[in-house]
Amino acid sequence: MSDVATPLADASFDGFVSVSEAPRTGMISLRGDLSDTALREVCGAVTGAAFPASRGASLDGSHGVLWMAPDEVLLLVAPGSVPDSLDRIGTALSDRHHLAVDVTDARALISVDGLGVRDVLAKLTPADVSPGNFGPGELRRTRFAQVAAAFWMPTEDSARVICFRSVATYVFDLLCHAAAPGGEVGYYR
Amino acid sequence: MSRRLSQGGRLIDRSRTFHFTVDGRRYGGFAGDTLASALLASNRTLMGRSFKYHRPRGVVSSGAEEPNALFGLGTGDRFEPNQRATMTELYPDLTALSQNRWPNLEQDLGGLISRAARVLPAGFYYKTFLRPRVFWKHVYEPVIRALAGLGHAPAEKDADRYEHFNVTVDVLIVGGGVAGLQAARRAGAAGLRVLLVEQTAQWGGRAPVDGAVIEGKPADAWITGVLSELQSMPNVHMRPRTMGAGVYDHGYALVYERVTDHVSGAQGPRHRLWRVRAGRILTTTGALERPLSFAGNDLPGVMLAGAVRDYVVNHAVTPGERVLVVTNNDDAYRTALALSEAGVTVPAIVDARPGGGGALAEAARSAGLRVLTGTAIAGLSGKRHVTGAALCLQDGTGEVTEQIACDTVAMSGGWSPVVHLWSHCGGKLTWDVDEVMFRPDPNRPPTGADGRGFVEAAGAANGYLATADILGDADRAARAVTEALGRSLDDAPALQAEREETAPIRAVWTMPEKAPVKLREKMWLDYQNDVKVSDVALAAQEGFESVEHAKRYTTLGMATDQGKLSNINGLAILADTLGAEIPAVGTTTFRPPYTPISIGSVAGEARGDLFQPIRRTPLHHLHEAAGAVFEPVGHWRRPYVFPRDGETVAQAVEREILTVRHKVGLLDASTLGKIIVKGPDAGRFVDMIYTNKMSTLKVGRCRYGLMCSENGFLMDDGVVARLDEQTFLCHTTSGGADHIHAHMEDWLQTEWWDWQVYVANVTEQYAQIAVAGPKAREVLETVGGMDVSKDAMAFMDWADGALAGIPVRVFRISFSGELSYEIAVPASRGEALWQALRSAGETHGIAPYGTEALHVLRAEKGLIMIGDETDGTVVPQDLGLDWAISKKKDDFIGMRGQQRRELSRPDRWKLVGLETLSGGVLPDGAYAVEEGRNANGQRNVQGRVTSTYRSPTLGRGIAMGLVRNGPDRMGEVLDFPGTDGVVHRARIVSPAFYDPEGERQNV
Repeated sequence: MSDVATPLADASFDGFVSVSEAPRTGMISLRGDLSDTALREVCGAVTGAAFPASRGASLDGSHGVLWMAPDEVLLLVAPGSVPDSLDRIGTALSDRHHLAVDVTDARALISVDGLGVRDVLAKLTPADVSPGNFGPGELRRTRFAQVAAAFWMPTEDSARVICFRSVATYVFDLLCHAAAPGGEVGYYR
Repeated sequence: MSRRLSQGGRLIDRSRTFHFTVDGRRYGGFAGDTLASALLASNRTLMGRSFKYHRPRGVVSSGAEEPNALFGLGTGDRFEPNQRATMTELYPDLTALSQNRWPNLEQDLGGLISRAARVLPAGFYYKTFLRPRVFWKHVYEPVIRALAGLGHAPAEKDADRYEHFNVTVDVLIVGGGVAGLQAARRAGAAGLRVLLVEQTAQWGGRAPVDGAVIEGKPADAWITGVLSELQSMPNVHMRPRTMGAGVYDHGYALVYERVTDHVSGAQGPRHRLWRVRAGRILTTTGALERPLSFAGNDLPGVMLAGAVRDYVVNHAVTPGERVLVVTNNDDAYRTALALSEAGVTVPAIVDARPGGGGALAEAARSAGLRVLTGTAIAGLSGKRHVTGAALCLQDGTGEVTEQIACDTVAMSGGWSPVVHLWSHCGGKLTWDVDEVMFRPDPNRPPTGADGRGFVEAAGAANGYLATADILGDADRAARAVTEALGRSLDDAPALQAEREETAPIRAVWTMPEKAPVKLREKMWLDYQNDVKVSDVALAAQEGFESVEHAKRYTTLGMATDQGKLSNINGLAILADTLGAEIPAVGTTTFRPPYTPISIGSVAGEARGDLFQPIRRTPLHHLHEAAGAVFEPVGHWRRPYVFPRDGETVAQAVEREILTVRHKVGLLDASTLGKIIVKGPDAGRFVDMIYTNKMSTLKVGRCRYGLMCSENGFLMDDGVVARLDEQTFLCHTTSGGADHIHAHMEDWLQTEWWDWQVYVANVTEQYAQIAVAGPKAREVLETVGGMDVSKDAMAFMDWADGALAGIPVRVFRISFSGELSYEIAVPASRGEALWQALRSAGETHGIAPYGTEALHVLRAEKGLIMIGDETDGTVVPQDLGLDWAISKKKDDFIGMRGQQRRELSRPDRWKLVGLETLSGGVLPDGAYAVEEGRNANGQRNVQGRVTSTYRSPTLGRGIAMGLVRNGPDRMGEVLDFPGTDGVVHRARIVSPAFYDPEGERQNV
């Protein structure tokens, strides 16, 4: 649909790593009992990904399950499949206390790609991003400079950063500042 | 004269000449020079003027402790004052300006003050400029400020960029001398994540200059070997030009990297501030040499002995042709030997100790150098540079025994461990009488959350001066840190280092010991602030006995160098004057940063557009394109008004209000908080959160509700929509969404953890657009897709549907008093809907309106605004909102608070409307006065204005206010004195100025 506006209008920037708005991704915030088999199964069913451990990011391509809190996951699905996914979750968990809401438009998703991606993250987040403590399969809910953000690494050389839509420009500009040429730290080799 | 030696210089590259400019004059230097070494090589020894007396000042040190050689570096938007020449690496076309002089450094008129120095003792300003009192502000202070002070503040916006960098490590090692290298090597071998930082560009510290021999190798060779070993360890990171600036609680440290200061025209960030979270911090920060206090010791040409050695060995620069060495310890003999080897004349070594030195003294004698023991300097000759020294007995009163011609004096008063980082977070010191130094007390380290020390000091920073001891202490500290972090360390044989037999240091606080006042008045303790031995003694005599008081009274240890050279000498003088022991006097507090760091590095990325996050609605760019004037609401920017060409802001606001009243307006209400509350206990929960009974709300309906704090004060308000049996959508104020979401989570997580309720803040999922005005329904019908008729959607109904093919949720609610629909749409479709509504409304004269029109529209209706009518001290009953407080509920948050006597007092200030008799506008915040005065002599008051506007609808000023017993006093006229001197008179009326029956919104 041409009248669907993404938060950053597909902005991109090339520094010593590249920063760009990731393709629009459907997002569902699901709160419930994460130990419940029915909940875990329906998460797998709508995303195609395994259920993650604490602080984990379980991904199958651009779809997956992100562990956000002891009672909350964020599901990444195709944008067009959000209503159907919500229906399936509602059906599967109809007799269980839970909350599932579409937050596709409440978030911005930014890709950071290239060697040095950890250095760029470390300029903005206090979370420990050293390889021994963080890498593909992990997720961190933290802050980037002055705002809340979460991130994960699809591969060793790339990261996805998720933030609130209203501060998408701020976070994008932060990442561009951090990735600007000449700012290579060379800390994470 | 100071000059470049023809040979040597371990740090310089003679094949690369750099030109640079100081005060407009061109000089040359080599790659590897500092600004200080290059100036000395060019025979420029006058480098600055002191703060108070404008005394001529030469470079005294070779490192971070430099108090004198301060320059303004760079020009224009890259100018930075107070930069130490000793820490400034030379780069091509460096531009520097000398400071604190007028008209120039050579002929400084301020230097005339120096002649009056004898009548300007400590506390002179405080005593002299007391009267007449008005003179301080208008005469004394401006004159003193013009004369005193060092560099000028930059006048232009900083052109450089800065950044932060967060790392988590097991061990942060501060100081890349041999102790730091050895400790890093050991901790690295144990598998710890190590960050080793060094403030200069070179690794190895003083060891190569001091001629250390480690494992049979010269220090340089040993260092090179260790560096390659460390570089091969993936768990060890090393950063030169990076200073440990501060140590804070829980192993947090700030580390300051000068990324591009040493390169001209570099692309990257200038400084990078590392925010390090370390399991343990190891300080291997070395030691600083102390000056000796003898008469005339501030003349250019008087330098620290270690610094003289540095310049000779590192840069092949001798500060003079005849260098007199004066000392109270063995180390300065190394300087004499280095000079002698370089072919520079050392006329004598003046040693205050009667017994003289150890092996190094023997070596000096063997080299043919003259050693005078038990001897001191009685005074120096020379006006702007040293020309000679008069000697005397150290134990005497200064009777001159001999004159020696010299152009440089290399002095050593002993070494003080750099204990700053150890002390920042509470590490205590112990006075070592034998070594004459404060050293870290291992029994009183700064402690972390586990009650154990988290900082360890090692090497010279821990009070060890011999290379073998330093390396052994580094091993010990590395082991302590490793084991504290739960790792083990293999035993390694102790490193072998050559050790000379040394004679003990002697404590020498003045030269000679029994110097009379005449000499003490010429002994400088603090070069930067012109504090002399006599000043500290005077402070003590005048009762400033605490070291902290003496510091502030005399300015000892203030300004950019923070007394790195002067503190120990100063407190020793204070102790001596008080007849107290040095440890009883103690040190002043060591505070971060170790040396000044740039404000830019502290700000990091947070400047310009990134200074603060700006929250933008999905329609923000449309408003910008429409020329909206924005106002901040929390971190949001909301359109205040949309002025058209030729309109003033006030005219535009009036037009927007009348458009809503007579046609139809569009408001971006996306910032309104939207919180989903869902679960079997959701009804029970909203009944507690709101003062109203919310659980009775029917699906498909909306209800206005109030939220109070536990104390009963009104906190937030908004419309609640019931989405289904278990789900409520709670709208909050724009600024309140995050806070209310946190408030709900707080209660759910800590008090009602067993209730089955989940909440989610979905504020940003939606763009929300209000369509308000008599033509609103027609506009929606033109857009098409939903039945919005009165029968299908009554006032306070909501419905899901589609408009212009876009999925929407429409709420029939009104904050303007007009027929109004608020339409929530997925944020990604907000722009499309906004455009569709604008096109559809064109024939009806639709126009966007901003927050100011919103405010006036609601005030005409007497509707309250959180933050205007409330200020954290107002309960709903004050605002006539008793109807929204359920009498049927057992409890809600704030209920008991409201029952307190003060909050249920009958004579509280309550909401009323106010109409000026003149028809004009009441000043915002004005107070209604009454008879009499209070205990402070102020007029008694009985109310105040909370909102005030000109209403274009009514053609007059309207206001709301809180007035004592207000609702019972309809028709009374109150006086509101304005700050303009005019007393505004206003009549108490109902706050519902317009359409009090609500007929217009209910159509």
